[in-house]
Amino acid sequence: MSRYFTKDHEWIDVSGETGTVGITDYAQSQLGDITFVELPESGASFGAGDTASVVDSVKAASDIYMPVGGTVTAINEALADAPELVNAAAEGDGWLFKVTLADAAELAALMDETAYKAYVAEL
Amino acid sequence: MNAPNASGWRPALGEAGEAGAATASGDRGLHFEEPLIFELAEPGARMGVDLDAPSGDVMPSLARFRRQAIPALPGLTEPETVRHYTRLSRQNYAIDLGPFPLGSCTMKHNPRLNEKMARLPGFADIHPLQPQGTVQGALDAINQLATWLITLTGMHGVAMTPKAGAHGELCGLLCIKAAIAARGESRDVILVPESAHGTNPATAAFAGFRVESIPATADGRVDLGALRARLGPNVAGVMITNPNTCGLFERDMKAISDAVHAAGGYVYCDGANFNAVVGKVRPGDLGVDAMHINLHKTFSTPHGGGGPGSGPVVLSEALSPFGPLPFTVRTADGTIRLIEEEDAAGEHPQGFGRMAAFHGQMGMYTRALTYILSHGADGLRQVAEDAVLNANYVLRSLDDVLHAPFGAAGPCMHEALFSDDDLPDGMTTLDIAKGLIDEGFHPMTVYFPLVVHGAMLIEPTETESKAGLDRLICSLRSLAGRARAGDATLKSAPHFAPRRRLDETLAARKPRLTWQGEALPPQPPSLSEIGGS
Repeated sequence: MSRYFTKDHEWIDVSGETGTVGITDYAQSQLGDITFVELPESGASFGAGDTASVVDSVKAASDIYMPVGGTVTAINEALADAPELVNAAAEGDGWLFKVTLADAAELAALMDETAYKAYVAEL
Repeated sequence: MNAPNASGWRPALGEAGEAGAATASGDRGLHFEEPLIFELAEPGARMGVDLDAPSGDVMPSLARFRRQAIPALPGLTEPETVRHYTRLSRQNYAIDLGPFPLGSCTMKHNPRLNEKMARLPGFADIHPLQPQGTVQGALDAINQLATWLITLTGMHGVAMTPKAGAHGELCGLLCIKAAIAARGESRDVILVPESAHGTNPATAAFAGFRVESIPATADGRVDLGALRARLGPNVAGVMITNPNTCGLFERDMKAISDAVHAAGGYVYCDGANFNAVVGKVRPGDLGVDAMHINLHKTFSTPHGGGGPGSGPVVLSEALSPFGPLPFTVRTADGTIRLIEEEDAAGEHPQGFGRMAAFHGQMGMYTRALTYILSHGADGLRQVAEDAVLNANYVLRSLDDVLHAPFGAAGPCMHEALFSDDDLPDGMTTLDIAKGLIDEGFHPMTVYFPLVVHGAMLIEPTETESKAGLDRLICSLRSLAGRARAGDATLKSAPHFAPRRRLDETLAARKPRLTWQGEALPPQPPSLSEIGGS
């Protein structure tokens, strides 16, 4: 399994054709306490960069963009009652949704962990 | 009646246990701990207004609309009800109590002359369904205001009826939609820069467009290159807030308009911040096709809970044919006519429809026209100059203690923008805002605009005196100093408000928006018990 990052602070864990998407720990720390997560419908298809989800925090409502194109296969149901999971474990139990990748080649446009850390350090 | 102080009010005038600190009522002097209205009511009591039993049998005509149960309303006498809401109002903060530095909101003084004029019976005591011949004075006032708005903005026409800024945005976009449909085209994308007002993308989506975001440049303005690159045959238009929410003038506005027009689109300008440029800049000269004007901001009518909004939309020659009904016209004999649907086929065949049942907010028109006439053209120019001067006074009085992200770029417009970038770790914008409550001020706008980290947006408006601004600046400098020194007491501010720092996260995650106690009266009697068949 490999993890990729976007400049908009999403991460995607890829295993074969399947990806798990969430927001990074840096993103949750900047957003503050998350109050609501609006997740996509299972079966919905998005292109890379499309808005697939919205995360509300005490400071702002933020669009979550698809790291790569794909079709949603599962959403993290636990977030409906416990959006704070995103604060507690943004890069673990606070994942948002799972997708089937449309084109694994799109992953090449994303950053690996080292590159993302360097990117965040400059913000 | 609940036990005194059941909701845990913390006395503001002394610590618990201090001599004289406890009272049987839970109130402290004239600082009231006001229960919810449901807690005030005697269980089961029904008071209020006595109505005579209806004569004759009205039940058949009520049919299925007949109420099946007594509504669960609290039973209070009229004086109890009046006192409840008056006590609550005394816990509120208002522009008549002190400065209201909310950036992007333009909380300026509401001149009392406006109120006097709005209460004249010829404006206040008329009905929208009266024959037009009996309300010529009111229609003339609407027409005069319309003429002022067209003149001040250098535009071709104006839709007076929208009831607020966002309603005006919708009106403007519906005009754009109608204009595109009249050309036989189907453009479905509206471009919205990051520095635009938050309502803009919501309005575009509501009007049925797809919204695409245009990034801001490092100096807080629209990225003209990015905008140009995105223009194309599916772009219906662009929504630009100018001056923008960073308090900056979009200096490329004319180039933006030219590019959008060349690509076949229209330019919507969010005129919420027109107070910064009124009398100085005519949006029509900048290529704007539609712009709403918040009468409750630029022209000093009450808002923020003090009164209804009003958002007339000025329109370019290209969009005017598509504006909504009704609107006023002066006829050859000097009378004013309201053009309605029955006249539309001959006089306004392409209008997209209506935004409101009647002609708009008469009370706001009267106040705005009073403000305009009492200032005159030169006075309105000074409004813009003083608003900008005051904002720059705030900016330069604080930029050595608070980080001003665009401070180095030169003067701001009507609002000064700061961030919490320079504050030590753990000290945030929220702490400064809560501290400002202890200092006796309404906080500034926080965490907006989103393009600035930990934004603090302060709009002093032209109606604050230098002495008043100095008091606000003194408090903000003190708070910035405490934050820089890592003063832990700032993290728990406010200390002197009726409530300490509230758990905003819990309130957002698990909101309780309705009375959670038992329904009152506990067991509603059936209607037959209290009369009626």
